[in-house]
Parts: sequence; C-alpha cells; structure tokens
Amino acid sequence: MDKPLTPPAQSSQRVLIKPQRGLVGLDFKELFRFRELIVFLTWRDILVRYKQTLLGGAWAILQPVLQMLIFNVLFGDIAGLSSGGVPRPLFTYAGLLPWNLFSTSMSDAGRSLVTNRNMITKVYFPRIIVPLSSVLSGVVDFLVAFLLLAGMMVYYGVMPTSGVWGLPLYLLLSLVTALGVGLWLAALNVHYRDIRYIIPFLTQFWMLATPIAYEASEVFSRLPAGWEWLYALNPMVGVVEGFRSALVGTPIYSLDMLWISILTSLVLLLSGLVYFRRMERTFADVV
Amino acid sequence: MSEYAIRVDGLGKSYALGGKVERYRTLRDSLVDMVSWPARMLKGDLRRDAERIWALKDISFDVRQGQVLGVIGRNGAGKSTLLKILSRVTDPSAGYAEINGRVGSLLEVGTGFHPELSGRENIYLNGAVLGMKRREIGAKFDEIVEFSGVSKFIDTAVKHYSSGMYLRLAFSVAAHLEPEILVVDEVLAVGDAEFQRKCLGKMGEVAEAGRTVLFVSHNMSAILRLTEESIVLDKGQLVYRAPTSQAVDYYMATGLSQTGERAWAAEEVPADAAPFRPIAMRVKDTAGRVAETVQSPQPVDIEIEYELSQPIQGLRLGIYLQTMRGEVVFTSFDTDDPKDYEKYATRPAGHYLSRVTIPADTLNEGQYVLGLNASAFRVRRYFQDERALAFIVDALGAPGMQWPEPRQGLVRPKLDWTIEHDGAARA
Repeated sequence: MDKPLTPPAQSSQRVLIKPQRGLVGLDFKELFRFRELIVFLTWRDILVRYKQTLLGGAWAILQPVLQMLIFNVLFGDIAGLSSGGVPRPLFTYAGLLPWNLFSTSMSDAGRSLVTNRNMITKVYFPRIIVPLSSVLSGVVDFLVAFLLLAGMMVYYGVMPTSGVWGLPLYLLLSLVTALGVGLWLAALNVHYRDIRYIIPFLTQFWMLATPIAYEASEVFSRLPAGWEWLYALNPMVGVVEGFRSALVGTPIYSLDMLWISILTSLVLLLSGLVYFRRMERTFADVV
Repeated sequence: MSEYAIRVDGLGKSYALGGKVERYRTLRDSLVDMVSWPARMLKGDLRRDAERIWALKDISFDVRQGQVLGVIGRNGAGKSTLLKILSRVTDPSAGYAEINGRVGSLLEVGTGFHPELSGRENIYLNGAVLGMKRREIGAKFDEIVEFSGVSKFIDTAVKHYSSGMYLRLAFSVAAHLEPEILVVDEVLAVGDAEFQRKCLGKMGEVAEAGRTVLFVSHNMSAILRLTEESIVLDKGQLVYRAPTSQAVDYYMATGLSQTGERAWAAEEVPADAAPFRPIAMRVKDTAGRVAETVQSPQPVDIEIEYELSQPIQGLRLGIYLQTMRGEVVFTSFDTDDPKDYEKYATRPAGHYLSRVTIPADTLNEGQYVLGLNASAFRVRRYFQDERALAFIVDALGAPGMQWPEPRQGLVRPKLDWTIEHDGAARA
C-alpha cells in the first residue's frame, strides 16, 4: 500500500472495500438509502405467503381460531384454569394474536437468510434487510387476525380499557424480541443448518412458557417470593399479559415486571445485532 | 469526480481449506472442534493459517472513469471472486479497493426473482434488489418489457415462463440499471444468438455513454469487441495488463499452459463428474507422437483417455474444435455413427480411449482449441472443459503455399481443380 489514496471523489457514492475486523455498528444512513428494498421484500413476503393455497389469506384468521379452539379444550375444559373474568374464547384469542405475530416473525426471520441465499451470494445490500422484512411481513397477518378480535369484542360486549394506548408498545416489544431472536437464528442458520430443526422446538417450548391460554399469575404465584422476575425474563410474558389487559381488561400481575421484559428484549436485540454484524462478512461464502 | 472509478490495492481473498467444499458445518462439527482445540494446541497442530488457500492474492490495478476493462482468465483463476469483492457481495481478506460511483453488478441475472410472482411484480422486485428506486423502475418499465419481448406474459407467474423468457426478462431489468460502474460476468453465455446480440449492443451503449464497465467473459471475440484494455488473471494473481488484443494473445499463448496434452489431476475434476473421470486429452501427429504443432496436409489424431467407475448409459464423448477467439469450427461425438451408438448404448466400467482422426487437408494454419464434453444426451452432462487443450496447425506443404500470403478461412481443403483449355480465344 505505498500509493496514497486520491482525495475523496465528488461522485454520488464512494466506497472503500477492505477486510472488516472487530465490532461494526449498524449503518443507519445506508439502511435508509435501502428503505425501498425493505418495503419491496416485505411486500414480496406478503404476496408469496399464501400463493398456491386454496384458502389464501383466510389462513391468517383460520390459524389462530383453530389454535384457540384447541387451547380452550386443553386449558379450559380439561385443566379448568381461570380465564381472567372474560369469556374464554376472547381471553385465548387475545393472547394468541401477539404471540403469533412474534412466533411467525421470529421463525421466518430465522430461516430468511438461507431461503434468500441466491440474493445474498450475488448482490450487495445490508443483509439485515432480509430478516427485518420477514419480521415486518408478519404484521399484515396480525392486522387481519385483529379484525376478528375486534368483532369478538363487539359480540361479547367487551370495551377496550383506558390502557389501550399501550397496544403499540406491546406490539413493538413483540417485534423487537422477534427481530432479536430472529437475527441470532438467521446468522446461526447460515453456518449450522441444525437451526432449521431447532426453530420448531424453540417455538413450541416458548409458547408453553408464555401465558397465552392461562393467566401469568398461575406461574408467578407458584414461584418463591422474590423470584418472580425469573418468569418475566421471557419478554413475551409482558407482551401477552399487557396486550390482553389493555384490550379486554384482564388483570395484570405486576407492571414492574414489564420492565424486566423490556430489558431482556433489548438485550436480545442488541446481542443479536452484534452477532449478526459479526457473522455477516462470511454469509456469502458459507450460505 | 475522481479520475479513477476503481482502485484496487493488494486485494486478496482466502478461504479455509475445504471451506468451499463442505459449504456449511453442523453444530456438532463446531463442538468437536471446540473440544479438541486445547489438545490440538498442545500438539502444535493449529494449522488455521496454513490451511488457507488464496483464491485471490495481491491484486492491484485501477480503472479510469469511463474505461471498459476486460478480465480474462481460466476457470478458477479468481475472476468471479474479484467481481464479488468489487460488488461487495463478499469481503476481502487483505488489501483494499476504492470504488467511486454506484456499482451495478450483473453477476447473475434474475437475482431475487420469485417463481410465484408475475413478470411485472418481479421487475419491480428485481429492480429494487439491484438498487433501483421505484420511480426509476416505473419510468423504465415499458422499455424493460419491450426489450425482454415477453410483454404478452407480463402478468403471468414467472414459474410458467420458459427458461429463455425468464432469462430475457431478467437480463432486461439488469440492462436498464444505470450504474456508474457496471460489472458483468458471463451473462452473454445465456440466451439465443439474437438475444446475445441485443445484450452486446446494450453493453456497447453503456460503454459509449461513458460509463465504466468491468467485463468478464470466456468469449474472446466479445472481449475484443467491447474492451480496449484487459487484465489477465491466473491462479488468483494478476499476471498481465495490456491492450485487449495483446492480452488475448498473451492469455492464449500462456493461459493454456499445456499444449499437445492436457492431463487432469484427480482434484481438478469436479466431484459431480463421477462416475466419469477424465484422464487426458492428446493431439498426436502422424508418427503417433504427442505434438503441439501439427501439419495441415497431414491427418491429426485426437485421443481422449478416461475411466468410468460405474457403467454409464448413453454416454457420448465429444470434441469442440474452436478457434482461439472461441468460434466453433466443428463438433463431433464418438458415437455419431449409429452403429457405434447402438454398440455402446451402455459403456461398462473401466478404462477407455476414444480416438478420432481429423483428415489431412482440413484445417487452415493457426491456433486451435479443443473442448471436451462427456454427456448423456438430455440426461446429464458429466464433464465439460471448453478450453481443454490448444494446438497449432502449420501450413507447411498445404495447397497454395507457393504464394507467401496468409489465406483466409478456417479450413484449407485440398480441392481438385480442373482447368480446360479448349481452343483459341473466341472474342
């Protein structure tokens, strides 16, 4: 490298390509430049999701409804757990919505790099766009399913509580968690295809550990005093409890626990970002 | 604007040995490595650095704004790796490259195409992937569709397209990118002749518009037509830079290092060639010696030695005889004769020699390249090396040598002329 570099050019873009080492932050300016790609990939994921299915977009409603029916039998009729003073279908369905948003987004994001490998090995763009748009495309399904929830609330005559302003916060928290875990899974999946088999187990286990068909207090009250925070480490506890309580007014165990959920969620996102950025350089060589 | 569109200095890319072959590891492999790491360290067996191969090493060159530079090299010489680094798909392991301007790469067309989406939807998606803004795509949409010639099917899912239509649409999007620097790799190898002409025309336009183009191709005549200067890569290193005609000559003269005989080492043969395994291809003169120079008025023997580890049904071995510039003179297969085709319907496992003689007085003087193909028609291509071996034809003793002038044409047949003298002039 004995030749000095020419002074910065006035061209529209000047890029220096060199080996990357150590920690690299996220380039938000670049991400903004690629904003249209984020939109297009999200749009593609939505368009493609129900192609060549008989029922098409109806699956966005059918899935949570079927899940709700199963949960109602298991947790209500068989286990006889309380449904927080609201009709059980409403209780379960309101719990399932934020959970499904999280779980589809997370598992789609986790698989996204491998499914889009032909793009990754051929064109440059910030790689994070791929899992990010997978997460975003989950929102549409959520909105469709949400329409039914609104209908159910009217049917059962349940009014949203004054805490309804918190809804966006809970949804954001659920997306942030999904992206955080999704980034970890996506980057790991590039190197270790084991992840493909781990994702279904992870989702299933996590679902049971989340108060969807039961109240969080069932778990909190069984933990020794002072150890309740253990359960709140699962960010989805805060999300599902909060979401349901804001809409249909089920009791919330403790608002303080929400802070723990927010904290775990942010830790997941930041660590996921760091790991993803670190592994990013080798994606095209390995995937 | 900087004077240079691209400056590359000491650029290198290394892979862990085997890393390209095994593609991805399982978690177990990594755990095993982790557990055995202390043991290997104690044994001084940490070959992490020794076990790296350099796909590209210490490459330095620059490309001026508006220059069209050709990149020439054999398969595996590092051309694609270089383009991948310059288009930022993969990171270099050493050195740096400075790029002034928006890079558009045609590393492979159709990137981001989704089979379930319509042609229209894919144009937008592909455009976005290639870095176009929605407005740009919208403005050029009609032009793109027009250029591709698939306008009738623009609202049909591309999974119903023929492969030709698919490629044409994909290339059209890419061709309408307006990057300041265009990186092209082998796209012209696809599509029919008419479409290839269209593509070359488009590339010429881009170059004339004063944009910088980096053009990689095996097609020497395309390189000669489109570029003024070229670099030659060999085994990951830049070995030559010169005006294109010189670079092509240099590549022809030295790039094909083995003349007269081309032998394939086991590790040179891709794993998916099995059960076919090429051993060698030879050019022999009338005396039966391996020769790099043969004479036009004498027959030339071509011999292919190979092994089959399992019987293959319908196998045919073919040669492509080409000029140095890549034009094919003829193609011939060892089971062209229907009798041989029936007799060798299935070739049992074993060692083989397929021999053919190019008759005397066939080829004109010049350098020729032999390509090898082993395939079962419409079933599978086992092995192909388009530029396996080069040889020289000398015109000594050929018809017309009494006039010391180069003779046009690829063939130099000895034809029987008759001249009749039947009386006095009639006029």
